[in-house]
Amino acid sequence: MTSTTVAPLVTARNVRKRFGDNEVLKGVDLTVAEGEVVVIMGPSGSGKSTLLRCLNYLEEIDSGSILVGGDLIGHRVEGDRIRRLPERAIAAQRRRIGMVFQQFNLFPHMTALGNIVEAPIGVNREPRRDAERYARELLDKVGLGDKVDAYPRRLSGGQQQRVAIARALAMRPELMLFDEPTSALDPELVGEVLNVMRDLAASGMTMVVVTHETAFAREVADRAVFLDGGVVVEEGTAHEVLTRPTQERTRAFLSRMT
Amino acid sequence: MTTTSTEQRGRPELDVAGAAPVRHPLRLLATVGVVVLAAMLGHMLVTNRNFQWDVVASWFTAETIMRGLGMTLMLTAIAMVIGVGLGILIAVARMSGNPLLSAVASGYIWLFRAIPELVQLLFWFNLAALLPRLSVGIPFGPEFASWNTNSLITPLMAAILGLGLLEAAYMAEIVRGGLLSVDHGQVEAAKALGMGSARSLRRIVLPQAMRFIVPPTGSQVIRMVKGTSLVSVIALADLLYSVQVVYNRTFETIPLLIVACGWYLILNSILFVVQGAIERYYSRGSVGGSRPSLRELFRSRRPRNTPGSAIGEGQP
Repeated sequence: MTSTTVAPLVTARNVRKRFGDNEVLKGVDLTVAEGEVVVIMGPSGSGKSTLLRCLNYLEEIDSGSILVGGDLIGHRVEGDRIRRLPERAIAAQRRRIGMVFQQFNLFPHMTALGNIVEAPIGVNREPRRDAERYARELLDKVGLGDKVDAYPRRLSGGQQQRVAIARALAMRPELMLFDEPTSALDPELVGEVLNVMRDLAASGMTMVVVTHETAFAREVADRAVFLDGGVVVEEGTAHEVLTRPTQERTRAFLSRMT
Repeated sequence: MTTTSTEQRGRPELDVAGAAPVRHPLRLLATVGVVVLAAMLGHMLVTNRNFQWDVVASWFTAETIMRGLGMTLMLTAIAMVIGVGLGILIAVARMSGNPLLSAVASGYIWLFRAIPELVQLLFWFNLAALLPRLSVGIPFGPEFASWNTNSLITPLMAAILGLGLLEAAYMAEIVRGGLLSVDHGQVEAAKALGMGSARSLRRIVLPQAMRFIVPPTGSQVIRMVKGTSLVSVIALADLLYSVQVVYNRTFETIPLLIVACGWYLILNSILFVVQGAIERYYSRGSVGGSRPSLRELFRSRRPRNTPGSAIGEGQP
């Protein structure tokens, strides 16, 4: 499934990030090929969410480099110097990267449709008619075609998260980041969100997913990365890492998960 | 008190639907007390001849009073527009990552809140004594235009500056409080969608902050209606100054102060209603809890059906 001939969509090299005295990422490498689904797993505090948030520069990295689609995230190479990009240019880079949060973060003062068309109209200057047509199409795709005019408060957690996925997709991203998308959901609502993600993976979307859902990872992901203490402990095809882990730490974590 | 067991004799099933409400004997007693006090006040208003209600009635809608009322309304409106507009800018500046902007905003809030309103009004009114001429030009270089301060700073201008600039300092803190109350996840979601900070503020954060900004702003408007009466010290003909002009001539002090009180009461009653309507508008998409009506105060309160919960509270 992974192709090595084309340049990977995401290349993170030796990424370091510290919050005060706490170094959360201690030199992490990550590559994601186009169309690949990569899960990042690991115990809480292992730095997996931080790594994901660095990919679209919600967190600023201290050293190393992150390339997405050939662009150096947050920076620009000028001759032999590297400059930080102004906020506006970073915002432009983020438009190509969709993100789904653990807490959904839908805009509560806008309807489902309003949430989805906000950025396409406001940021990408799409005509309202086109944006709304695509938004309805996306809502249909995530199974919420009848919730166009519902405010987020009227939706269940699973429905909110599906609207959030549609909102991210409305920007037509080349990469989707999922930060524990089902961790805030009641158990019976997890399945509907995972189904949407499964369809998305099948459609060829490049995805990086931080999750604790081992069954989903084993089934959908191409590769799994196991993070602990800010370093990559083990990496390989999802099947290998999740069924025959070679490292003791991975094995211990997985046995606790299931 | 009767003891109740879960299995009541002769009743197939228990149903609390028709239950009698909790009694509030003290509430009833307090109500009687309040009614008596109100009756005493009413009696005094009617029987005390010093109120001179006929004089109140004859001046209530007199032209000079109406003009004063108009001035009070205009000053309130202009000062609040300056206060809200400038206040939002100062709040955003104070919260921005730019240390210079943030320091300037903090300095402004500190300065204008530290000096009494009356002193500020007098200061602006007497600005000409400090700076006889005001001019536009290159700093330390040539001037393009200049004005005599005395002709530029009329009493009206002094009042607008004094009230508006002070209001901006208070509004800045109110707006900042509102902006801080919006969940940080909202900003992150806006960022992740590629919105710049200005758009995120205008479309995402500010509309949600309004729910927290509107109630205290309503109080500020009500305070401002009354606060404008300070301008009578710089001889600007607002409502209070207009009645003062009349009673200095006719010595009907109390009836004319009643006229002013009446109008202040009417204005604030209208604002009270308007504020409620605005608050309901900005609570769209969130839990709407209306206050109990007067009648409901006497009944035991039953939880009303409010479906769902606020965003972000639902899940751990």
